[in-house]
Amino acid sequence: MNHIDLELERLKSKLMDMWDLVEYQLQSGHEAMLKADHELAAKVVKLGRKVNNYDVKIDSMCENLLALYTPVAVDLRLILATLKINANLERIGDTAEGISMFVQQQERPFLPELLEKTNTYAMFTEAIAMFADCRKAYKASNTELARTVIKRDKMLNKIYRKSDDVVAAYLQIYPESIKECLALLSIIKKVERVGDQITNIAEEIIFYRDAKVVKHKSKKKKKANGNDNSENA
Amino acid sequence: MSKKNYKLEAKSLNAYYGNFHALKDINIAMEEKAVTAFIGPSGCGKSTFLRTLNRMNDYIDGFRVEGEILLDNRDIYGKDVRVDELRKEVGMVFQKPNPFPKTIFENVVYGLRIQGIKDKRVLAETAETSLRQTALWDEVKDKLDKSALALSGGQQQRLCIARALAISPSVILMDEPTSALDPISTAKIEELIYELKKDYTIVIVTHNMQQAGRVSDQTAFFYMGELVEFSKTKIMFTSPKHERTQNYITGRFG
Repeated sequence: MNHIDLELERLKSKLMDMWDLVEYQLQSGHEAMLKADHELAAKVVKLGRKVNNYDVKIDSMCENLLALYTPVAVDLRLILATLKINANLERIGDTAEGISMFVQQQERPFLPELLEKTNTYAMFTEAIAMFADCRKAYKASNTELARTVIKRDKMLNKIYRKSDDVVAAYLQIYPESIKECLALLSIIKKVERVGDQITNIAEEIIFYRDAKVVKHKSKKKKKANGNDNSENA
Repeated sequence: MSKKNYKLEAKSLNAYYGNFHALKDINIAMEEKAVTAFIGPSGCGKSTFLRTLNRMNDYIDGFRVEGEILLDNRDIYGKDVRVDELRKEVGMVFQKPNPFPKTIFENVVYGLRIQGIKDKRVLAETAETSLRQTALWDEVKDKLDKSALALSGGQQQRLCIARALAISPSVILMDEPTSALDPISTAKIEELIYELKKDYTIVIVTHNMQQAGRVSDQTAFFYMGELVEFSKTKIMFTSPKHERTQNYITGRFG
C-alpha cells in the first residue's frame, strides 16, 4: 500500500471513531430526553470533550497531509471533505450536548401527548436514522445513499415549521406547560439543525466521491423551473 | 534528549574548501531508523554536509573539517577510523544512477567481492535479498547475467540502492536520488525509502520540497552554510520557526 494511502486510511478511521462517539451522543441525547434521564444527559455532555479532541486531532491530520503530501484529485477531495465533515460532526455533537443540557433542567419526561402532536419523536428518530445512513454512505462511498439522505431532510424541516403552531395551540389548552413547551421547541429547532448538518455531510460525501458540488442547488433548481435535470435536491 | 537513540550526530562541525567556509558550526542529531531530509538552495552546504557523513570529501584538495561527527557515538574523523570500514557502515546513493558496466548480479555483489567473499551461496543469497529489498527481484530475476546498463533509469537507481544494501550498512546517504528519474520511478524510490527506514537510518538531500515532506521524519534547512532550522518534518512544513525557512519552503525565497 502507498504511504499516502496508509495515511488517508488512518484519517478515515479516525473520522469513523469520532462519528461513533457523536452517534452515541445523539442517540443518548434522545433517550435521555424521553426519560428525563439526568445521568445519561450528563454523560453526553461529558463526552463533548472527547469529541473536541477528535476535532482538533483530525484538523491537524488534514493539515499535515496537505502540507506533506500535496494531495491531488480524489485524495485532495477526501481531505477537504474530511475537514468539513469533521466540523459538522463536532457541531452535531455540540447539539446533542445542548439537548442534554435542557434534559438536565427537566423535572419529568415530556408529556406523550405533546411529543406526539409536535412529532418530536418521529423527527428525532429520523435524524438519528439519517445520521446512521450517512455514516454508511461515507464508509461504503455510496453516493446514492448520500443523495437519499439529503432528500429525507425535508421531513425534518416540515415538522420544524409546523412546531410553532402546534405548540401554540397546545399552550392555549394547557397554559401551565409553558416552560416545558419552550424547552421542547428549542430541542426541535436543534434537531432541525442536526438535519442540516447531516445534509452538509452527505453533500461532502458526494463531493469527495463524485467530484460534484451539490450544495445550494435546491434554489437554483426551482428558479430553473425543471430545466435542471440533476436529481440533487 | 540524551535518552534518545541518535545514530548520527554533528557537533560544532565546520568545513572549509580552502578559504571558503562551507559549513558553519553545524550541530545536529539524527535518530536511528528514521529518514532525515536536507533541504536548501544550491550551494547552501547540504551536499557538502551529506558527504562529510561518510568522508566522501576527503579526496577534495583543500577540504578540511573541524568538530566532530559521531556515528554510534564514535567520531568518524578519529585517527583510529578506517575509511573503508566506515563506508561499509555508511552506504551512499547518488543523483545519477551509476551502475558498473557489469551484469546485474555482479553489480549487487560488487562490495562483497571487494571484501573477498567468494562463497557462491552467500553471494547469491545476498544478491536476492538486496534485490528483494529494493523491489527489483521480480523484475530482474531472469536476467541477472544481463548488463545492468540495459535497465531503465529507475531500475538502475534501485539497483544502486541494492548494491549499497548488499554490504549491510546501517546508514544510507542519498544525494538527490530521484532528480534524474521520471515521476513513477520517483514514487517507487520514495516507497522504497519508506520501507527501508524500518531497518536503516536514511539521510537524503533533495531539491524537491514535496519529496522531503513525503519521505522524511525530520528535515534540516540549510542556508549559506548554516543549519537554519532542524525539526520534525510535520512541524517544518506546517509551522516553521524561522522566517527564512518559511520563505524557502513556500517558494518566496529572494
